[in-house]
Amino acid sequence: MSALPRAAELGLIGCHVCGLVCADAPGHAEAGDALACPRCGSALHRRKPDSYVRTWALMIAAFLLYIPANVLPIMRTASLNDIDDNTIISGVVELWVKGSPDLAIIVFTASIVVPMLKFLSLGTLLVSSQRGSGWARPQRAKLYRLVEFIGYWSMLDVFVVALLTALVRFGLLSLVEPLPGVIFFGLTVVLTMLASMSFDPRLIWDGRDFDD
Amino acid sequence: MGTTAPETLLICEHCDTVYRRRPLARGDVARCACCHAELERHQRLSVSALLALVLTAMIVFVQANMWPIVTLGLNGQLSGATLWGTIIVMWQQQAQVVAVLAAGTLFFFPLVKMLLLGWLLWFARLGRRAPGFVPMMVTLHYLQPWTMSEVFVLGALVAIVKAHLYFDVVADPGIYAYAALTLLITIFAGVDLRQLWELTPEDQA
Repeated sequence: MSALPRAAELGLIGCHVCGLVCADAPGHAEAGDALACPRCGSALHRRKPDSYVRTWALMIAAFLLYIPANVLPIMRTASLNDIDDNTIISGVVELWVKGSPDLAIIVFTASIVVPMLKFLSLGTLLVSSQRGSGWARPQRAKLYRLVEFIGYWSMLDVFVVALLTALVRFGLLSLVEPLPGVIFFGLTVVLTMLASMSFDPRLIWDGRDFDD
Repeated sequence: MGTTAPETLLICEHCDTVYRRRPLARGDVARCACCHAELERHQRLSVSALLALVLTAMIVFVQANMWPIVTLGLNGQLSGATLWGTIIVMWQQQAQVVAVLAAGTLFFFPLVKMLLLGWLLWFARLGRRAPGFVPMMVTLHYLQPWTMSEVFVLGALVAIVKAHLYFDVVADPGIYAYAALTLLITIFAGVDLRQLWELTPEDQA
């Protein structure tokens, strides 16, 4: 579509790790032996290996864990006369109601909007790239970079629960405990990060010839 | 399968477009004409300046880990938390997964990153490749996305606001050390460590 030369057409491979421009050895993919970067020794790939399969698998796994992460409570607040279990959403609502709507928005963004955006974006990128679609390529490329950039901020709620648990230790008077939801949520974030890393943004620009 | 003039060509990592490299002036950022991803930017910080920043980060990191981050008060009782206190409590509270995640992303990975960088830059300053240069550069590449100190700072703020509803909250020096660390991390975000490959000559070993 554009007149700009692409590495695959010129018989070049850029090393994923150190960025060195290397010459592709014709037929190495067919032979099945991996080519190594002469500078850093990492395996060279024209595209990240099995990008579609890995990204789909990690994303589906992340989504499955995201369900208990939202349904199960992430934190228990116990005091003398009452026990209160919080889910992610109820934590956001509490922040909003008790007078910090700005922080409520930040937590809501990090815990709900960002993971959902990641699922939707990666899904869109996977489907459109697998079809070899030429639709909105620059925008899709930008979307991928956004997903990569914001992904790890979802860890926010996990750290909040950890800190509150460590801080609120007043025996019978007041105690905070982590509940299983927070574990599922932590794993969701890790899996979504792995998913976006295993997606190869070059696939957005490839036609059907690169489908694997 | 030799190298095709590593210094003259550049491949966009996001769309595979090939470019001839051009020298960048101060403040320049080269962007891909095809997908608009950043190709490279002018590195205004010298190796010495980077080394100084890494050493600063190490000092701040020690402070951030030793000093308590926040202290809560309830009816005269006080309860403070450090990073490691937090990690240990999470382990004891049946949230080992969270403890391991926190220990990795907030302690071990940043620590390893700083130590490796310090080592590499120290030798780069002398115009040499440090012993273990190649595996260390590869390790740094893979560690890159897994350090989350800046997320922890925001988390601490949220925790303070939440705790403020029920307790007296005192922000401790640790939180300021973390804020300083976040600032340093932001500066490092604009540094392309791949320049070290070209700054230091390859050994003839």
